[in-house]
Amino acid sequence: MKVRVLVRLKPGVLDPQGRAVHHALEGLGFDGVADVRIGRLIELDVADGTDHAALTEMCEKLLANTVIENFTIETEGA
Amino acid sequence: MAFRAAVITFPGSNCDRDMATALTAVSGQPAIRVWHGDADLPSGLDLIALPGGFSYGDYLRSGAMAAQSPIMRAVVAAAERGVPVLGVCNGFQVLTEARLLPGALMRNAGQRFICRTVALKVESTASPFMHGYTAGETLRIPVAHHDGNYFADADTLDRLEGEGRVAFRYAESVNGSARDIAGVLSENGRVLGMMPHPERAIEPAAVAALGGSDGRRLFENILGALASA
Repeated sequence: MKVRVLVRLKPGVLDPQGRAVHHALEGLGFDGVADVRIGRLIELDVADGTDHAALTEMCEKLLANTVIENFTIETEGA
Repeated sequence: MAFRAAVITFPGSNCDRDMATALTAVSGQPAIRVWHGDADLPSGLDLIALPGGFSYGDYLRSGAMAAQSPIMRAVVAAAERGVPVLGVCNGFQVLTEARLLPGALMRNAGQRFICRTVALKVESTASPFMHGYTAGETLRIPVAHHDGNYFADADTLDRLEGEGRVAFRYAESVNGSARDIAGVLSENGRVLGMMPHPERAIEPAAVAALGGSDGRRLFENILGALASA
């Protein structure tokens, strides 16, 4: 079973990388970009039937740092 | 006085030798080197030091992988028994990822790696690491990091300040850290995480060109706390 975990900085947490990329986009002449936030996509291939609670635990224990990040879990076909 | 200090080495640690050298120089007794894959710590430790570097290549997040290594379970258990734990730079990142200290270290606000000696203000002296310093005094200790931007939510920051758990503050903004925090203490004051490198400032005061001695005092504080315990 394929699982996609999206890890994003929490709203309000300053994202220096996003800000730098935003400036670079403006430098390239792309107008109208209001904000850029950079996150991380983690693709997992797990045993069929792995339950949501186990995936949540993986995120809370390792994949995301919940002090600064939120995560969402998307399972294929769900 | 017997003094047993352990320095943990993770794959990618690069300040472990400096840390061991500092501990040996100050205490007169060789620091014990411990590998991350070991399940157990040596017995009877007076101090555990987590050194700077780039453990596991900073994969996922700085300190995230090291926090899950076998030895960290033993370090957490030792900290819960009250063994003093010092985390410097990457060691601080590991301590936050292991939840021994609150908050997180993010990429420097200016995006750049910062390597220079900075002025630090002593905020708290209520810790075996801090008691020989004077609250409000200014120290000069080097920093060398890319991810030193301390973050915690406002409630946590208020609590840390209210409980006297901010150990050091940068005298001026260095990396964007919330409230210019450079080092924090655990609730019992026995776990200290800091981005600046005290082990790089251990020479006699006369040899200021080699980094000065303000960091040496931190190690002397620990020895003094043990002697008077």
